[in-house]
Amino acid sequence: MDLLRFITAGSVDDGKSTLIGRLLYDSKNILIDQLEALEKSTKNRTDGSVDLALLTDGLRAEREQGITIDVAYRYFTTPKRKFIIADAPGHVQYTRNMITGASNANLIIILVDARQGVVEQTRRHSIIASLLKIPHVVVAINKMDLVEYSEDVYNNIVIDYVEVAKQLGLNDVTYIPISALNGDNIVDKSTVIDWYDGKPLLELLEEVEIDNDINLTDARFQVQLVIRPQTDDLHDYRGYAGKVISGIYKKGDKVTVLPTGIETTISKLEVGGEEVDVVFAPQSAVVQLADDIDISRGDAIAKIDNQPQVSNELEVLLCWLDDKPLVPGNKYYLQHNSRLVRAVVKQIDYKLDVNSLQQQPVEGNVKLNEVVKATIRTASPIVYDSFHKLNVNGSAILIDETSNATVAAVLIQ
Amino acid sequence: MSNYHLNYLEELEAESIYIFREVAAQFERPALLFSGGKDSITLVHLAKKAFAPGKIPFPLVHIDTGHNFPEALAFRDQLANEVNTTLTVRKVEDTIKQRSLTEPKGKFPSRNWLQTYTLLDTIEEFKFDCCIGGARRDEEKARAKERIFSVRDEFGQWNPKLQRPELWNIYNGRIHKGENVRVFPISNWTELDIWNYIRKENIGLPSIYFSHEREVIEHEGQLVAMSEYVQPGAEDVITTKKVRYRTVGDMTCTAAVESTASTLDEVINEIISTKISERGETRIDDRVTEAAMEDRKKNGYF
Repeated sequence: MDLLRFITAGSVDDGKSTLIGRLLYDSKNILIDQLEALEKSTKNRTDGSVDLALLTDGLRAEREQGITIDVAYRYFTTPKRKFIIADAPGHVQYTRNMITGASNANLIIILVDARQGVVEQTRRHSIIASLLKIPHVVVAINKMDLVEYSEDVYNNIVIDYVEVAKQLGLNDVTYIPISALNGDNIVDKSTVIDWYDGKPLLELLEEVEIDNDINLTDARFQVQLVIRPQTDDLHDYRGYAGKVISGIYKKGDKVTVLPTGIETTISKLEVGGEEVDVVFAPQSAVVQLADDIDISRGDAIAKIDNQPQVSNELEVLLCWLDDKPLVPGNKYYLQHNSRLVRAVVKQIDYKLDVNSLQQQPVEGNVKLNEVVKATIRTASPIVYDSFHKLNVNGSAILIDETSNATVAAVLIQ
Repeated sequence: MSNYHLNYLEELEAESIYIFREVAAQFERPALLFSGGKDSITLVHLAKKAFAPGKIPFPLVHIDTGHNFPEALAFRDQLANEVNTTLTVRKVEDTIKQRSLTEPKGKFPSRNWLQTYTLLDTIEEFKFDCCIGGARRDEEKARAKERIFSVRDEFGQWNPKLQRPELWNIYNGRIHKGENVRVFPISNWTELDIWNYIRKENIGLPSIYFSHEREVIEHEGQLVAMSEYVQPGAEDVITTKKVRYRTVGDMTCTAAVESTASTLDEVINEIISTKISERGETRIDDRVTEAAMEDRKKNGYF
């Protein structure tokens, strides 16, 4: 059994919470006491049905105001897969949260209201999906019950979205007509939408091929910490603990330690204290090297014949996540996986309109939820790949030196 | 499917080990909050793997309410000894005396809420900048919204509206003096994941997780163990039943489940077929208000 992480995105009234509630409810992942609590909160319903949307509202303010403030994580399991849902709010002002939830997702469900069609929010969510390189996109055309399950309405929306997908370079897009409220095409195939010959949503989620989402070609490893027990029996032990970011490493591989560029050989590999011959992404491992080299947290180990880039000047896209605006010339910390360096945002070239993808001039400071192209200079070199080539080694965050807040998502170009 | 493929338990394990290593590298004085339950026992097992062949580079800290199951305490001592790390115990009893706190009353006088005082005092005493906890997001609604690295202010308070964005697997543990971070390495695990992992890794548990005979009284449909801490009323009938525990907390606020499951396989089968959630079935204290956990977390609870 494997693990699929997905995010749901939609505008305020697209029925996102109802969809999640329906997935959990119909796949029997809601238990009696949770349902009782739900029934207690659903006071004003005349028809006696429960409001599945309430399942996903966690904080008191959210229940009181009927909105979602922050990303919530939900879990459910079927005999085929374990699922982690990042449930992110849809409002424009919560783009920050959507980026947070989308950053770890294999798949995004973009909800479209059948009555509204492709709207600005759809476009914005799709742009975020393409910016963050989410491998699989499902466009769920919801509220089909309110358009009399019309195939024409569905087809017209698909035609519109195909254009969006083409423009954004979204390759793997699947379309499903659903009614989250009535459960059409969620867990079971709808009997009403008989003209649709695809799979219901849950089956699609269970079967989408995710093996290829992990890059096993370009081997990247970053050191989190050095393990030196310094006990009598392990006196000379020196192991580099870290995560295989991508690719495969074998005992005996010739490697280069970066940014120093020193070459050596892997002498031993361990996972969870057991010696192994091979490690691969996304395992947490310990690497031992044949030569005694000065290596510390944040250094990278790559193969001699396949190396990442090393630079202290980075061209980046910044998604600004803080209420305090970005002031060009300000200093921040840049954290690239475990490597933390001081950095300055030197230059801001243009702003990317997240509704049209058009480049616009930047007037004044960069504000919350804006995406800009910028140049960053770091105090010491970063070992990276472009986000486009290898997203797991091309992403970073900026941290405000004074507030310690995470203020930007960094996509290295 | 290639040979280079992790199943979901291996993927969760890899993620948790990564988080443990980030904690050890980013903080000066971390501690692992150890409750004696299966989640914190799993945490210790994961920490062992994260730092092998070295030892776990932080102490285990137990905030002892004084209402613990003796079996859980014995297990705690044995485990700390086995992994060869420091075990620090601070007692709620002492905090109550020092700070003249009011002891809760009633039939099941829970010290759950008072633990927060002892925890905050302990953080202060040892200048811990990070406390690792075994909370899972599937447990409860407020937990579902908490980050893996959750910053607390100098009063230990969680502010759900001011959480840091947590992107990819980059964890920002930078804090100001006096603040601390609560880190939850098993955030993405569910109750069933924990049980399956315990079975896969053959992790030992206190005996109360398996079926045994115990004197209990029935309270609003839940079975509560008789102990010196429980004050039964005249109407309560004490009976002996075959029970096991699904969670291990205080004797006053953890309910038992009637069960004959005496092996891991049997326990897991029962959990798969149960229709009631873990907290709903076993935690007496969460029933008070719908936002009980949210309120406690805002005040510095785990």
